[in-house]
Amino acid sequence: MADMTGERMTTGRPLTYREAVAEGIAREMRRDPTVVCLGEDIGAAGGVFKTTAGLHKEFGPERVWDTPISEQAIVGAAMGAAMTGMRPVAEIMFSDFLACCWDYLANEIPKVRYMTGGQVTVPLVVRTANGGGLGFGAQHSQATENWAFTVPGLKIAAPATPADAIGMMAAAIRSDDPVVFFEHKGLLATKGPPAPPGHLVELGRAAVVREGGDITLVALASMVPVALTAAERLATEGISAEVIDLRCLVPLDTRAVLASVAKTSRLVTVEENPYQGGWGGTLVSVVVDEGFGLLDAPVCRVAGECVPLPFADALEERVIPTVDKVVARVRDLAAY
Amino acid sequence: MDAAELLPLYEQMALIRRTERAAHDLFMSGLVKGTTHLAAGHEAIAVGASAALRPDDYVFATYRGHHHALARGATPEECLAELMSRATGLCRAKGGSMHLTKASVGMLGSYAIVGAHLPMAVGAAWSARLRGTEQIAVAFFGDGATNIGAFHEALNLAAVWKLPVLFVCENNLYMEYTPIAEVTAVARPAADRASAYGIPGEVVDGNDVVLVREAVAGLADRARAGEGPGVLEALTYRHFGHSRADPATYRPAEEVERWLKHDPLDLARARLEALGADTTDVDARVEKTVAAAVEAARNAPAPDPGEALTDVWADGGAAWRT
Ligand SMILES: Cc1ncc(C[n+]2csc(CCOP(=O)(O)OP(=O)(O)O)c2C)c(N)n1
Repeated sequence: MADMTGERMTTGRPLTYREAVAEGIAREMRRDPTVVCLGEDIGAAGGVFKTTAGLHKEFGPERVWDTPISEQAIVGAAMGAAMTGMRPVAEIMFSDFLACCWDYLANEIPKVRYMTGGQVTVPLVVRTANGGGLGFGAQHSQATENWAFTVPGLKIAAPATPADAIGMMAAAIRSDDPVVFFEHKGLLATKGPPAPPGHLVELGRAAVVREGGDITLVALASMVPVALTAAERLATEGISAEVIDLRCLVPLDTRAVLASVAKTSRLVTVEENPYQGGWGGTLVSVVVDEGFGLLDAPVCRVAGECVPLPFADALEERVIPTVDKVVARVRDLAAY
Repeated sequence: MDAAELLPLYEQMALIRRTERAAHDLFMSGLVKGTTHLAAGHEAIAVGASAALRPDDYVFATYRGHHHALARGATPEECLAELMSRATGLCRAKGGSMHLTKASVGMLGSYAIVGAHLPMAVGAAWSARLRGTEQIAVAFFGDGATNIGAFHEALNLAAVWKLPVLFVCENNLYMEYTPIAEVTAVARPAADRASAYGIPGEVVDGNDVVLVREAVAGLADRARAGEGPGVLEALTYRHFGHSRADPATYRPAEEVERWLKHDPLDLARARLEALGADTTDVDARVEKTVAAAVEAARNAPAPDPGEALTDVWADGGAAWRT
């Protein structure tokens, strides 16, 4: 069970991404009594990914509710509670299962403020374990943030580090707008520096996680470490890559990307989701629309193949972007 | 129920009926875009239920929700203005007929995806319990909604969490054009299923405002006392077709005749007359109110086109990027 006390923060012990998720929720629950959690197995069991470990013990069953396997009821009830004074944090176990409650994410939650002429706000967070790389097969491995990206009215957060998981969870829970919070399965066991007390990462602020002058790599969630490793390899070849962790898809920090491209004049997006319909397409179109003159080369996208996620490691690797694929693409572009 | 209690309920029903007639006429004359799903014939359910609820209770309705908005306290003028795409509409002309909402009186919306709002009502009831208020939440829905997954997920969750929520089915015998009986395995699509979730399921004559009020009051008392949710199946009939100008020719003539004779307004009026009360003044007042509402809505301005880009986010705007 995660250590939910504050001591860890002061001792500065690195924490895992999964501990950070639970810690991020716990900090907000301590601060705000209207924050409540619901989801399958999130109570005493601590969640199938242990991302709610310790919450039930600290806050009890009146704040942390186990639900039946009822994705529509989970998200629909969270919506009703959010409309009437609570700040629910709903867990959908695997992001693939968002399809089971897609009506709420596509039709209900993001539209109600608009179609009621601003009468109703829906301050909720839907958290979910996203992405591949762990051999879970086609129905438990997709990177689905693009599904949400096509829906006006949803904010989308996808942290890449433990500290960001805490700071962005705080911002998501405090947001008066609905936020879909993608926790990447491939990052759950990764460790990072702790977050200071009160850590808050404003939604819609990308981070330059590596400075460079020759090319801009833009990545999200699990693709951030891939881009960083690629950047290190490229540095040995004399190519200096700047790496941007987008952190959010909505709001999308196009300013940070344009500023970086102004410096590097080259752009590659690194996406786990399929190329077709991926967020990189939108980002690239903004850069081409508004920053064409900044570019010295074509823009490129490294993205997942447009196939269901296969099971075997060798096959999964073929589908999802890898360091090798990013390095190869950047090399081509640098020579342009 | 004595005449003094029944008279205001009759007046509300008459106001709804008259407003629906106006909506129909405005639609036919091209002043209402899109579509409307009139609730003429269903008045006793909305009015009877509202009379049994507290002002701070929550109500969730479907695209056939004009009657719930009006019963809950929205004015004919703001409803008609919304239907007529005017800036003064209930939802500033962003919702339309299918999404009438007046949050300030607990009318938390009208939802056009069949069955979607049942889990929301469960959530509102959950929230009431978490906040320690004695509010209850009510979801009104059609018979067709009882075959959708959200109905079953909502009933089960409400039952296992013992929440103060009422599921009120307006069984008007038809979905759009298909009789519910043809596609449902049980005779009472809502009430018969309640027992599968350990919830009491009652059936009531949904055209009798007195009986509806009693039934809702009984279930509401139980829910407020912490005894959990209830299902009420109110039998009724729609006077118009499903939507727009649907002439509803799929309904047998004798069935239509039988139900039109069992009109909720006639029933209430007969009761009032038996109690020695006269409804002439009420009818005249309603006539004037709705005529004035139509006039005011007609004269109200269209929304500023800039309004299309507001209200997506809590800050009022629609920006998706920095
Ligand atoms: C999920 C979904 N499926 C289909 C429709 C199309 N549709 C709109 S109303 C309706 C009939 C619903 O009938 P019922 O629930 O009995 O309500 P009533 O219209 O009789 O009030 C249908 C099929 C829809 N809006 N949502």
